Amino acid sequence: MTAGVFRGLGRFAQRPETGSFVGLIVTYAFFAILGGRLFLGAPGWSSWLNMAAEVGIVALPVGLLMIAGELDISVGSVLPAASLTVAILSGHYKLPIALGIAGGLLVGVAVGFVNGLLVTRTRIPSLILTIGTMFAVMGLTLGFTIMIAGSTGVFIVPDPLTKALFGAALGGMFQVGIFWWAGFAAIIYALLHLSPWGNWIFALGGDRDSARNAGIPTQRLTIQLYMLSGFAAAFVGVMQVITFGSAQVAAGSSFIFNSIMCVVIGGVLLTGGAGSVIGIVLGTMTFAIVNQGIFFSSLNPDFGSIIIGALLLAAVLSNDTFRALAMNYAGKKT
Amino acid sequence: MTEEAPVLELRQVDKSFGPIDVLHEISLTVRAGEVLCLLGDNGAGKSTLIKTLAGVHPPTRGEILMDGRPVHFSGPKDAGDRGIATVHQFGGTFPLMSIGRSFFVGVEPTKGWGPFKVFDRKKANEIAVQAVQSFGITRIDDGDRLVGGLSGGERQSLAIARAVHFGARVLILDEPTAALGVKQASHVLRIVLEAKRRGLAVIFITHQVMHAMAVGDHFAVLIRGALAANFRKGEKTREEITDLMAGGEAMAGLEASLETYMQSHEGHPPSA
Repeated sequence: MTAGVFRGLGRFAQRPETGSFVGLIVTYAFFAILGGRLFLGAPGWSSWLNMAAEVGIVALPVGLLMIAGELDISVGSVLPAASLTVAILSGHYKLPIALGIAGGLLVGVAVGFVNGLLVTRTRIPSLILTIGTMFAVMGLTLGFTIMIAGSTGVFIVPDPLTKALFGAALGGMFQVGIFWWAGFAAIIYALLHLSPWGNWIFALGGDRDSARNAGIPTQRLTIQLYMLSGFAAAFVGVMQVITFGSAQVAAGSSFIFNSIMCVVIGGVLLTGGAGSVIGIVLGTMTFAIVNQGIFFSSLNPDFGSIIIGALLLAAVLSNDTFRALAMNYAGKKT
Repeated sequence: MTEEAPVLELRQVDKSFGPIDVLHEISLTVRAGEVLCLLGDNGAGKSTLIKTLAGVHPPTRGEILMDGRPVHFSGPKDAGDRGIATVHQFGGTFPLMSIGRSFFVGVEPTKGWGPFKVFDRKKANEIAVQAVQSFGITRIDDGDRLVGGLSGGERQSLAIARAVHFGARVLILDEPTAALGVKQASHVLRIVLEAKRRGLAVIFITHQVMHAMAVGDHFAVLIRGALAANFRKGEKTREEITDLMAGGEAMAGLEASLETYMQSHEGHPPSA
């Protein structure tokens, strides 16, 4: 009887999202008390869900990469690069918007391909390497934008259908991006947890050499993962340019740390080999609640980053604890 | 031909990396149902030899034969497909993956159809647990447990069971007992004997002479990349083997004097 309970608890603790679920509940309760009715109602929910959707779409594939043992910093410059590609193609050159969107997404996939190729062909750690590609893409974006459009911001007027698909807000509050995020989460959940391909990602992050010896095409897999994160960052760029009707060169840098933080709060092991999509989604929600909840509370928002920093440390500590529990449950019989 | 050809044979194999010669004229044979113990001190070239056998490094000179026919491995995957499996010191498995998932890395069983094929967790867990239990490790009964929660010996057993399940004919065990306690090591040795009983050719790499003598049929001592001795079970004593491994120095004599010292000093080793 008690053994059964312990087994159940062990199973619960073994799930990588357990820690992030507890974190989400505590964080929400904290800001619910401080933020009051406004935070509990539609304004509160839309405010943090809108933010969670944007960073969440990027955090999902960044999380997959982290499970595979790699980082991607370049998402921060892929996002404005994609925005500007759309704005320049369809706004400046007046090409059909579908072409502009395709171009923007292609930029993301291409940067991802280059990242993947460089990571697999060199021995440079992906942290440094993708910082390099981030600056390269940033420079290309700024250079070409000034060269073509003559300024650092480009405007675009999307047609109503495109606007409805990528930039609409339900009830004037809930961005359509929330549904895209849900869609991304469902697909990436299926890829990581249901398909055999997901097993390869865990294996790659767990032990690269063993994974290769087991016949997994590790190089191809790494390149695919970088292309996926490039695509997701570009997708958010596309959503932003259509929502705001303009693209700025300087946008996107906040996504670098924010996406990594969502993933870590979500219980993904920084060194790879463990994590879950549900955890990443919960981590993203927690992060967004802290970020937006601060404005609903009576706390001075200037100090908001302190809470985010503390949350990150608490998340890493609790993740380690839960992981140790998962390792040891039922391993005590010796 | 009266005798079956050896499963794996090396003939005069040399391996050099640039100007550095690591292996010199290694000739070895391993037969089905036999355990070949490869002994050698650190730096004797054991790892290079294993990697050559496992298809990681092509030999610089000489040839590798399988079932009497010369073969060229294009890489570790090719060697694996031909039935050569290497199990490393820490099991070569993934600590944060479940037993079922790690067992089937790269060859995941699926259910469903077309693009909706999903990983069949239940089937994977069942097969993995059954495979390990058939080697006598009955404590593993839950395929959802994380590999990291297993003991060192259990991890080795899991890795060996995995290799055998996927049709290995030659099992290369790289220091499987080096990091283990006495009891755990004896588990692994029992599994080596079970693999042998099932007709596998086992290459057991170690520097623990006792472990080698417990399971070996055939011994090869490697010193500075060359075979210093090649003999069968019962042809040499433990002291002789230890001496050989240490490069002909009187290692056994040193050990014996240490033992006498400890006996006369209530079990304390001499102070350094």
